[in-house]
Amino acid sequence: MCTNIATNVLLTGSARMATGWTKIGEARMSFDHATHIWVDHALRINFVDLSDESASHVAVELDLVSGRALLRGLAEVLDAAEATDLG
Amino acid sequence: MAWNSFNTAGSDGMTASVITIPGANGDQIHAYTARPEGKGPFPGVVLVHHMPGWDEIYREFTRRFAQHGYNAVCPDLYCRLGHGRPDEVTEKMRAAGGIADQQVVDDCVAAATFLKALPTSSGKVGIIGTCSGGRHAMVVGSKSKEFSAIGDLWGGGVVMQTSDLNPKRPVAPIDMTKDVNAPVLGIFGNDDKSPTPEQVNQHEAELKKHGKTYEFHRYDGAGHGFFYYHRPAYRAEAATDGWEKVFAFFAKHLS
Repeated sequence: MCTNIATNVLLTGSARMATGWTKIGEARMSFDHATHIWVDHALRINFVDLSDESASHVAVELDLVSGRALLRGLAEVLDAAEATDLG
Repeated sequence: MAWNSFNTAGSDGMTASVITIPGANGDQIHAYTARPEGKGPFPGVVLVHHMPGWDEIYREFTRRFAQHGYNAVCPDLYCRLGHGRPDEVTEKMRAAGGIADQQVVDDCVAAATFLKALPTSSGKVGIIGTCSGGRHAMVVGSKSKEFSAIGDLWGGGVVMQTSDLNPKRPVAPIDMTKDVNAPVLGIFGNDDKSPTPEQVNQHEAELKKHGKTYEFHRYDGAGHGFFYYHRPAYRAEAATDGWEKVFAFFAKHLS
């Protein structure tokens, strides 16, 4: 099914591609038809350089379980960082 | 012509290419067209691509229609968002909040106009789409009288909640049913979650209520997108039978 489940988050960061590092300004997230991994639907995250969308972006596609695992891992790391006042 | 029933003595070549047509608002948009060799007359089919984009499977679908004797064209509904790999362009579409139904109508009518102007045209054109394209086929077939047959293959969002309506999708297709201008073919998997079997039943009841000509086919053990042989959703037996239903329907209503 076409879910239309999607959201965008502005962010400040960099991502590494085969050609080197690039700035990223937005994460575009959706849970919709998978393109590459062998599941019907997937969490898709595309980190985009808003100043050069067509050339600079890094995309990942994860199944639902992996997306949840990533979310837990991110929360664990960020909670630890905030707890030590490193943010 | 049914699958694999061509005469081996025949010449069944085709021409396929990307062209530019004037779409909604006069915008020049890309379209993929495949047309049989020969003088015709050939009926036409507009293919409405799905949310994964103007992609390779739709180019194959377009050529399949040409192989079966149709002038076929598939407009790039996401053309205005720029270019790249199909999944990248689809993501831009999602980021933009989707495309407007009226723009799709105008792009598809432009595609039909292109087909009808071909010297090999029989003058009759159908429209077919899968997934979001199935929904769009219903919208186009309700708002335009250019089409003589409509194929809705597992179109999600024909039945919509009021909360799902927005300026780009202001009216649920099911609420346009009284305006449907051509016979409708519906093909659905009973394991689909959008449309659910209940929503398919609602859609059918509405077509019946308004006295529309239609045929719906439902497949057990199949979900959403079961024609897509490149994805795990593929169900070979149901897909093969479904294609037979598609070609029989278009042969009946476009001949």
